[in-house]
Amino acid sequence: MNATTAEQASAPVTEDALRSVLLAGERPSRPGPVLTSLTFGWRALLKIKHVPEQLVDVTIFPIMFTLMFTYLFGGALAGSTQEYLQFLLPGILVQANVMITMNTGITLNTDIQKGVFDRFRSLPVWRPSPLVGALLGDVMRYSIGSAIVITLGLVLGFRPEGGAVGVVLSVVLLLVFSFCLSWLWTMLSLILRTPNSVAGVSMMVMFPLTFVSNIFVDPKTMPGWLQAVVEVNPITHLATVVRGLMHGSVPAGEIGWVLVSSVLLVAVFGPITMVLYRNKK
Amino acid sequence: MGRLAIETRALKKSFGKTHAVAGVDLAVSAGGVYGVLGPNGAGKTTTIRMLATLLRPDAGEAQVLGYDVVRDAQAVRSRVGLTGQFASVDEDLTGVENLLLLARLLGYSRRRGRERATDLLDAFGLAEAADRQVKKYSGGMRRRIDIAASLVVTPELIFLDEPTTGLDPRSRNQVWEIVRGMVAESATVLLTTQYLDEADQLADRIAVIDHGKVIAEGSSGELKASVGAGSLHVRLRAPEQRAEAERVLAGVLEVPVEPSADPAALSARISDPERVARALAELSRSGIDVTEFALGQPSLDEVFLTLTGHAAEETPEEDAA
Ligand SMILES: Nc1ncnc2c1ncn2[C@@H]1O[C@H](COP(=O)(O)OP(=O)(O)OP(=O)(O)O)[C@@H](O)[C@H]1O
Ligand SMILES: [Mg+2]
Repeated sequence: MNATTAEQASAPVTEDALRSVLLAGERPSRPGPVLTSLTFGWRALLKIKHVPEQLVDVTIFPIMFTLMFTYLFGGALAGSTQEYLQFLLPGILVQANVMITMNTGITLNTDIQKGVFDRFRSLPVWRPSPLVGALLGDVMRYSIGSAIVITLGLVLGFRPEGGAVGVVLSVVLLLVFSFCLSWLWTMLSLILRTPNSVAGVSMMVMFPLTFVSNIFVDPKTMPGWLQAVVEVNPITHLATVVRGLMHGSVPAGEIGWVLVSSVLLVAVFGPITMVLYRNKK
Repeated sequence: MGRLAIETRALKKSFGKTHAVAGVDLAVSAGGVYGVLGPNGAGKTTTIRMLATLLRPDAGEAQVLGYDVVRDAQAVRSRVGLTGQFASVDEDLTGVENLLLLARLLGYSRRRGRERATDLLDAFGLAEAADRQVKKYSGGMRRRIDIAASLVVTPELIFLDEPTTGLDPRSRNQVWEIVRGMVAESATVLLTTQYLDEADQLADRIAVIDHGKVIAEGSSGELKASVGAGSLHVRLRAPEQRAEAERVLAGVLEVPVEPSADPAALSARISDPERVARALAELSRSGIDVTEFALGQPSLDEVFLTLTGHAAEETPEEDAA
């Protein structure tokens, strides 16, 4: 029994149509965690499609950083901007990604306040999947940011000795790390009340983390105690790995370090996040 | 049949010092519409959120369709649908995307999910708005997509939190039609409302809650009987006949009749609407001309006044007399 469209426009809710959708008592079997997470990832992509403004941070910031640091410090730090670019670009790539992960927390904080999250939480799906999906969707944002930095770098004269393979490998590793790190911001977004406070706290963590590292300069010129801090900073290891891979070496130990810290990030912040999420009012 | 769809015992939830739900006992039988009536801040949403497993009760017990909301939360989730009070779909997405998202999450294949989404949009009169972002929908359309989103897999029990607040009469009627349609297909609907007439129109049984407690429970008829069926307002042609009219009305209605501020008008809280016709006939037989009369439903305020002895707070009502 198909009512015509014209009829529906005048009588929006037709009894027959309503009855037939209610009677279609189809009960598909429940999908697994991977599928539901990917479905929530699809939601994130749809949101990017409908609200492309949210890509501003992943496009503007990386461009700004790359240009600013190359031309501001290049001459002073390495003698020439060209030489500095070879050292800096992998680091900037790390910094840009890590900065972009911050937005995950801010976006999620706004999203969770909305009524639609109540619906998600009342669905019979694997409970972390709305969060995992949101974070997976963000991998898209990291990829866009990375593509922009690398393209700009190539235009400015960055020549990765590791070739395409090295670049791709380093980006993949970076995406894995960013996904894992974003659990920290997700946790914060559940503890803090407003997006502003999430941004504030993230900045406080982010600045020391990225600057007290080997992203911008070789730590050899730093005082000993600071070098010790740089040494334990996971960002340093990440930058070393990305730099190594891009320039053709395979720092196996460092890669292990990055993978272990990635796993640790999820292992620590994932469960805490889930407890907070479950008890969210 | 007597099977209970919802059963709660001494259900409690506090937020800091606010006792949002302060010991609620409900027994909702399967099938039909159960109305939860209460003013702003009464604890309606908090109750629903506990029943839909979104909030953990501080104390007490709640069973939904026979499953405990804390211990068997997942079983509850797979059998109920929730339409929250505020935007319960993603406003950035289009109507069809929202429904497809839910269909996929509930296990539909991409193709079947799309068909289901389209069928629902058609049935809810949203076919033309399918590809528009929900934030561009009107209030009535938005409420319909909210409800449609709860029906992607037909639930045994559906929670509707204030489904018609803020809607115009036409959209309101559409929502009512949907609710009636769902009940006709043997679903159980628990709906909250601030409007007595909505509960009256839709609900088989009604719980009135205030300050987190159930203060009255019964069928609409039982509740009204406890409140009086409403008020009769009469306006006379000749003000000097008011005293006599008062006597005539009081005689037939058997309730106190009060003169209004208007020197030609009278009003009475009535208990039995059937007597109104007789009272009006009696007036004309006594040679008293009536220029206007109106029979008003008891307002939520009157219900509250009667049941609690205090007005429904935070529900401003112009009627100060
Ligand atoms: N998350 C929360 N944190 C703190 N207080 C809350 C929270 N949710 C509800 N409350 C408080 O609990 C009380 C009951 O709120 P609830 O939302 O259940 O009322 P309601 O009956 O749904 O009202 P309305 O008709 O306005 O929707 C209110 O005083 C409210 O301020
Ligand atoms: Mg409410």
